[in-house]
Amino acid sequence: MDVISEFFSEYDGLGAFKTTIYLTVVSALFALLIGTVVAVMRVSPIRVLQVIGTLYVNIVRNTPLTLVIVFCNLGLFLQLGVSLANKDSNTFITDNNFRLAVLGLSVYHAAFVAEAIRSGVNTVPLGQAEAARAIGLPFLKTLRYVVLPQAFRGAIAPLGNVLIALTKNSTVASVIGVTEASAVMKVMMENRPDVIFVVFGIFAIGFVILTLPVGILFTSMSKRLAVKR
Amino acid sequence: MRQRIIAALGITVLAATGLTACGDDGAGGSGGSGDKITIGIKYDQPGLGLKEGSNYTGLDVDVAKYVAKEMGYEEGNIEFKESPSAQRETLLGNDQVKMIFATYSITDARKEKVSFAGPYLVAGQDLLVRADNTDITGPDALNGKKLCSVTGSTSAQKVKDKFAKTVQLQEYDTYSKCVEALGAGAIDAVTTDNTILAGFASQAANQGKFKVVGETFSEERYGVGLKKGDTETCTKVNDALKKMVDSGEWQKAVDKNVGPSGLKLDAATNPPKSFDACA
Repeated sequence: MDVISEFFSEYDGLGAFKTTIYLTVVSALFALLIGTVVAVMRVSPIRVLQVIGTLYVNIVRNTPLTLVIVFCNLGLFLQLGVSLANKDSNTFITDNNFRLAVLGLSVYHAAFVAEAIRSGVNTVPLGQAEAARAIGLPFLKTLRYVVLPQAFRGAIAPLGNVLIALTKNSTVASVIGVTEASAVMKVMMENRPDVIFVVFGIFAIGFVILTLPVGILFTSMSKRLAVKR
Repeated sequence: MRQRIIAALGITVLAATGLTACGDDGAGGSGGSGDKITIGIKYDQPGLGLKEGSNYTGLDVDVAKYVAKEMGYEEGNIEFKESPSAQRETLLGNDQVKMIFATYSITDARKEKVSFAGPYLVAGQDLLVRADNTDITGPDALNGKKLCSVTGSTSAQKVKDKFAKTVQLQEYDTYSKCVEALGAGAIDAVTTDNTILAGFASQAANQGKFKVVGETFSEERYGVGLKKGDTETCTKVNDALKKMVDSGEWQKAVDKNVGPSGLKLDAATNPPKSFDACA
């Protein structure tokens, strides 16, 4: 099984998975940020914000991810000239593509995060918000101190699903040249077609190692942190 | 309830038609009376293997048609099937295609899985640049420049390792995106086989915008992919290829498909004079 040692020595497979993890974690943070804002917009009492939030979720959620990522590169960067790295740097292409991929992944997954959080908000009984209003809290403070803390605890399981999906969806970044796990897999398959299924197996196992613990962690967290009612 | 039943029925019908479609698809060149043949080609490489509507054009296609005709298959009995790079070995191994003509370079690692007839063309790695570019004369001139290739191909990595250590690599999933980025000025050169580059340069939308540098720095021997151990077909293909070269049909096909781009194939190796022994 020399192909397994090649995975570590010749192709820097671990580095590729490191890029996958980095891509996932950074995108997850941004997605959580954008998603929370969108979710708050959707549950806010202001009609315009509701409409904007609903539009965002429905447009982004129904656009294929490959399209979003390719648009970030061909549309934003090539046509509109938006670059996210220093143009004179000698790692410009790598940095720029990575950041464009993060942008695409976080914008896309923010829609799913927003829906997960909104489902969490729906687990909070109406009485909680009414009680908060009764003691004189305005909308944002009601959210900040009463509704959202409970909503996040109720939304842990669906948020875990989004994170697992994000981990696997990060492979799409290879279409604009981010050298994450699936890009390295393509290189290995090109060079070693004689052991194509072993190569495939290595990367499949790699992704299971990444996603399985996330699933277990989020399931146990959702049980432990659930609001007891 | 009624709606549900209708929906369930609909899904079943869909699934059933899906299955039959698969069944039809599985018939390879070996099935039936032997009068039909399935050949794998690329669908997205202008000048070599390109699908436009229901028409197939390109050098790979013309060579495939000639070889199939010599083997006794009429043009109407040829069924072309797309064979992307990563799936070629699998398609041959599963008998989904009988032969593959798809810019398939003969390498030792591939010979572990499949057999090759040919080569029918010897290409080489080259560079595509914008027509007004003068400073990129070869792979050594790429230091500090931006170079594009497709994910999974080793050509760009080879340039970085052997010729220009400080070149920046951009990878896309298709060459057409590379050409798009080259046109927009985001990258300085595209690298892969000169035949593929020439095909893109001579596309109607790109004419006059790009040029192939013409300094090849590798040898890619395009073979005909066959199922491992299929020496019978291999001998037939080699006989057909020899006849194609001798009769001048080979030159005609090259002139028609690669000629318009102004590409000069290496005359020392083209047309191939000897073929690899079938094994």
